[in-house]
Amino acid sequence: MSAIENVSRRRFLTGGIIAAGALVLGVRYYSGISSGDKLPHDTNADHATLHPSVYLGIDPDGTVWIVASRSEMGTTSRTTLPLVVADELDADWKQVKIEQALGDSRYGDQNTDGSHSIRSFYDTMRVAGGTARFMLIQAAAQQWGVPATECETDLHVVVHRSTNRRAGYGELASAAAKLPVPSKEELKLKPKSAWRYIGKGEVSYDLEALVTGKAVYGMDARVDGMVYASVEHPPVLGGKVKSYDDKEALKVAGVRQTVPIDPFQQAPAFQPLGGIAVIADNTWAAFQGRKKLNIAWDNGPNESYDSDSYKNELRATSHNPCRVVRNIGDADAAFAKGGKVYEADYYVPLLAHASMEPMVALAQFQDGKATLWAPTQNPQAVQDIVSKELGILKEDVICHVTLLGGGFGRKSKPDYVAEAAVLSKRVGRPVKVVWTREDDIKFDYYNAVASMYMKAALGANGKPTAWLQRSVFPPIPSIFDVNAVYGDPSHLQQGWTDVPYDLPNLRIENGPAKAHVRIGWLRSVANIYHAFAVQCFTDELAHAAGRDPLDYLLDLIGKPRTIDFKGVEYPNYGASMDAYPWETSRLRHVTEMVAEKSGWGKRKHGKGTGVGIAAHRSFLSYVATVVEVEVNDQGEVRIPRVDTVLDAGLVVNPEATRAQFEGAAVFGASVARSGEITATKGAINQSNFQDYPVARMSEAPYQTNVHIVDSDAPPAGVGEPGVPPFVAAFCNAISAATGKRVRDLPISKLGLS
Amino acid sequence: MIQLKVNGVEQSFGGEPEMPLLWYLRDVLGLTGSKFGCGVGLCGACTVHVNGQATRSCVTTMRDAAGKEIRTIEGLDKDGLHPVQKAWMQINVPQCGYCQVGQIMQATALLNSKKKPTDHEIDEVMSGNICRCGTYQRIRAAIKAAAGEMA
Repeated sequence: MSAIENVSRRRFLTGGIIAAGALVLGVRYYSGISSGDKLPHDTNADHATLHPSVYLGIDPDGTVWIVASRSEMGTTSRTTLPLVVADELDADWKQVKIEQALGDSRYGDQNTDGSHSIRSFYDTMRVAGGTARFMLIQAAAQQWGVPATECETDLHVVVHRSTNRRAGYGELASAAAKLPVPSKEELKLKPKSAWRYIGKGEVSYDLEALVTGKAVYGMDARVDGMVYASVEHPPVLGGKVKSYDDKEALKVAGVRQTVPIDPFQQAPAFQPLGGIAVIADNTWAAFQGRKKLNIAWDNGPNESYDSDSYKNELRATSHNPCRVVRNIGDADAAFAKGGKVYEADYYVPLLAHASMEPMVALAQFQDGKATLWAPTQNPQAVQDIVSKELGILKEDVICHVTLLGGGFGRKSKPDYVAEAAVLSKRVGRPVKVVWTREDDIKFDYYNAVASMYMKAALGANGKPTAWLQRSVFPPIPSIFDVNAVYGDPSHLQQGWTDVPYDLPNLRIENGPAKAHVRIGWLRSVANIYHAFAVQCFTDELAHAAGRDPLDYLLDLIGKPRTIDFKGVEYPNYGASMDAYPWETSRLRHVTEMVAEKSGWGKRKHGKGTGVGIAAHRSFLSYVATVVEVEVNDQGEVRIPRVDTVLDAGLVVNPEATRAQFEGAAVFGASVARSGEITATKGAINQSNFQDYPVARMSEAPYQTNVHIVDSDAPPAGVGEPGVPPFVAAFCNAISAATGKRVRDLPISKLGLS
Repeated sequence: MIQLKVNGVEQSFGGEPEMPLLWYLRDVLGLTGSKFGCGVGLCGACTVHVNGQATRSCVTTMRDAAGKEIRTIEGLDKDGLHPVQKAWMQINVPQCGYCQVGQIMQATALLNSKKKPTDHEIDEVMSGNICRCGTYQRIRAAIKAAAGEMA
């Protein structure tokens, strides 16, 4: 946070120089591209008359340019962050034009992941808008010869009420630009009562483009003279080409050449996977040529990987003592006392992202510089990997960020962009790499497969006297270090170390697992399997104790308190514990509220229907969800209704937030119903939507009601936190409806039909 | 030479007759509104109208498209926004938006054949179109809103 502000400050002070630099960049890099496309390029904000911040510029005609430095994949961050700038500037939204930033460290962090765009940039955006407003007021006051304190703003104009004078932002821009840029401390930000947009929200800036087909995704990027590439990757991670024959491939009409891509050096990180690329005049010809390749592979050591036996290994590990990550009291001593002890194993397989737009990138390598157009969540990581792969300076990697056809974490990993860059250098022309859906499913960075062992001893009232939980999963750091086998604190924190239950004896452990595929972030990440195990086990215990699941859950959450993580590695999603303490009262509140909104215990449920509840904190937001299911005699599951309550602190864009939670329920339905990636001899078995099904309209929740808690707490995440409690509540509902416990995902394995 | 009409304009194509219509539209004509999602007719992102029928262009060859009238999102409404597109904006359907062109083409074909589809009919017809962001309940609402508008 402070680093980001420092960057902004530096640019405030040197804004003029940066603008000149950007102009040079514009001439140097874009004059060669004559396709007339509407892709984002260098910022108009830099060139505007008044530009006190890298995020903002005002032209004499009143146009306000706001730079969206985060990627847009459907969460509306591209709209919502500029909305904060516009609010603090007191700008007329109709006169705002949003432009997409290139990958550039002057914007601070641009990795659009971890549900933190609003949280991390809310203050920065307010300061950007407030700075410009301050300068406009000063300029008007000087012109009118009145104290600045007597002036105010009113939707794009500065006003001096007593003399009834008004001046538009456009006409003041030039005078304001001559004034010193104020420090953050000099600014007086608007009180909540004066907010125009924050808390009210706006529809996507791109809405009309999205419904008319005019929106430009990575798949739609075009430049003159480009060719298309499709790459046959090694079927097993770390495999290499032994030999290949491309004679038949080269006979395919439209195929120009083939290009071998070197295998990566361990660890894989974001390097290209290697393989053989087919270069062609159009996408289809490249696909066809690829089918005619004849390649002999050296699969390497991961050929030993079989997901069925791997599952057994994870489970066996979880049945023995592992590394303790948090401990309260003495669970073993309590278990030794006997009484009713319950044990359960939970399992979640590898999951693929399957964003609707498969991986794609366009690269043009020319004169020692690389220009890229990519649907990426992380353009600065693109700069890093492309500079490394091509042996050029990071400054010579220009990454345009197109719209993303979904991301869900996959597009934070720019291996596919690096692939395009490598090929463009080899081919000597602009190259667009297009992954097929099969490539996307088979060569993902999967959400980790995880096995969780749960154990509890129940006391007199059914409440646990002791609780033990062990998780085992191949960790994400394994993509950077092949020897990483234990969960790292930033993923163990995701619903595991922070189990919020008020219990006298609580031990939390994590065991080792070696990765054989690339493991990566997927919408809500480790929270998916952790919340599934904890919240479903809680539901099991409630039934074992003969208690109502809601009452039982509230009993375990206990009295309002702030969880003390002294002596525990708990990164709190990178936020300070002072600004974002773990408050059980907020989890309690959303749980009680969702019970009320859903009519918990008040509505009658007939044969084959059931409701389930779960509550979970992730990405600093507190969420509780009730899911209602109907299971017919054929074992088909319908989801007629979902109620979810979220406390995400201040919500800037409520409408977009509701949409995120509606979507999270559908995403969770896909995970729970059918999400499963398996491997045989190291190669992924699934390939497309027929064997990696995702929820369709008839399988998705029919109605998801989203309730937002009105809160003045600082903003927290909304993109991901809806998924974990949905999955658990859904499985609890299945159990309520059928009497069958869901311990292994997906439920397609449960044998309901 | 294959002759066909795309958004009312006569076109001829001398390339591979097995090339799917989707890639002809996208790579040859530069009409990139129709999207590539799966390549095998499972997701609906590539949906266009062929002689008025919602059709997966990724599995429709140019040979099959010969002599047909193709309508894509770019030609859905010459005068601006089709009622279905307006409803999509009014209900604020899209998130990432990538699948929405296919959804809109599918929904338009549905409403052309059925003035007031029931929930069940909407589910049946629209279940061929995947939205990974999960906008289904808004799609259903938008179809109903558009049905009212078009009635």
